[in-house]
Amino acid sequence: MSVSEMFIALQGVLTADQDIREEIRKVVQALEQTAREILTLLQGVHQGTGFQDIPKKCQKAREHFGTVKTQLESLKTKFPADQYYRFHEHWRFVLQRLVFLAAFVVYLESETLVTREAVAEILGIEADRERGFHLDIEDYLSGVLTLASELSRLAVNSVTAGDYARPLRISTFINELDSGFRLLNLKNDSLRKRYDGLKYDVKKIEEVVYDLSIRGLNKDATAGAGGEK
Amino acid sequence: MSGKEGSGGFRKRKHDNFPRGQKREEKENVTPSSALMTSFKSFQLELDTRHDKYERLVKLSRDITIESKRTIFLLHRFISAPNGEEILNESEVKLDAVRRKIKQVAQELIGEDVYQFHRAISPGLQEYVEAVSFQYFIKTRSLISVEEINKQLIFTAEDREETTNTTSNSHDKQPHTWSLKVTPVDYLLGVADLTGELMRLCISSVGNGDIDTPFELSQFLRQIYDGFTFIGNTGPYEVSKKLYTLKQSLAKVENACYTLKVRGSEIPKHMLADVFSTKTELIDQDEGLP
Repeated sequence: MSVSEMFIALQGVLTADQDIREEIRKVVQALEQTAREILTLLQGVHQGTGFQDIPKKCQKAREHFGTVKTQLESLKTKFPADQYYRFHEHWRFVLQRLVFLAAFVVYLESETLVTREAVAEILGIEADRERGFHLDIEDYLSGVLTLASELSRLAVNSVTAGDYARPLRISTFINELDSGFRLLNLKNDSLRKRYDGLKYDVKKIEEVVYDLSIRGLNKDATAGAGGEK
Repeated sequence: MSGKEGSGGFRKRKHDNFPRGQKREEKENVTPSSALMTSFKSFQLELDTRHDKYERLVKLSRDITIESKRTIFLLHRFISAPNGEEILNESEVKLDAVRRKIKQVAQELIGEDVYQFHRAISPGLQEYVEAVSFQYFIKTRSLISVEEINKQLIFTAEDREETTNTTSNSHDKQPHTWSLKVTPVDYLLGVADLTGELMRLCISSVGNGDIDTPFELSQFLRQIYDGFTFIGNTGPYEVSKKLYTLKQSLAKVENACYTLKVRGSEIPKHMLADVFSTKTELIDQDEGLP
């Protein structure tokens, strides 16, 4: 085979590669759109009136996850199943965001941390690499860290809205999360960088809890009233 | 804002001075056996396994790089050495050693997604492509294809039996063969590096009074350069970055050929080396010499 023939063949391979990337980008764009819609929907909980209809918002968000499922389904068909990590960078960001959104919904509903398997199910993908398009563990953990900063914000806003019990529950949750992350030996990569932000979320929530306890407001909360003063 | 973050960071550092276990006990609401903690323990295991594998691959990749570089240095001696066959045989032995390392890489990657660890092994593979294509060029005066390279990277279970001493760990009997594929991009980058070696080969062969090799090399390099320009920017960023160096190498070789053509008939062969030691930028001054 002559040199020019070799390069023609290689060029063909590279062009095919670019076509795949183009296809993936299209689907990822649609996914980002859906993710933004879900986020907008859930942002409503930060407003005073939003606290009343959290279940309704979660319900609606879960409906949107149906769209996500079909979009991820079509993403799967765009590239060979055994080359997940070759194109991983293209959907990494949006997948982390979707993990966060799913985790947020689950937290609002049940105040627990969504498991990796449960996220995979909400998104209609696999938890294990062996079985096809899956959720990478680092992406899952990144999404969970985003949840932590969202919850620290929620703690502040729930006080403003007069819900004094929620910050205490969030505090317990985040502390447990913090202990969980302490178990991990993270490399000096993007996940580690995001983990380094967790302590500020913990600190923020501790401050909120402190403010409440010094004013005796948490006693009202534990009594179950959660009323205004 | 940054000031606030800074103070937070300081506080955190102070906290970290406490023994960790003690700190965890303080938070009585965190039970070490909760569902969350159990799952994070399994994450710890998973991440550690992954990082360990990555580190092992980086180490192998570095070994492959070093050995390939040595092979290239060895092959550069081929031109001046009278015992050419011996050097080729020696390079073959060295490349076999490199391939054994690559086999270990392939073993690490059994059942894994190759691209997940691609960043760890890519530099080594590129260097290997460079070495193996350099040897191939010296032998056959043509460019080795990706398929040819990949053909040499198919390993069988019998091979593994022979080299039990080097790969004693991770012994699970699998009768079938497995392989490692050099990606087209790694191949291209390796070939781009090859051109640099060929440029060196060209200059040093002139030093040996070899007049034919430079012309052959300029021909060959021009073909490769044409190939790269054909690919242009369809390839990834790294490939287009190499294009600039490639052009420089080609220019050097072409200038060498030019000088040979113009001055070759005038200068006695034993003095050619002197002409090239003051080559390129000094060409103009050369004209003034007798």
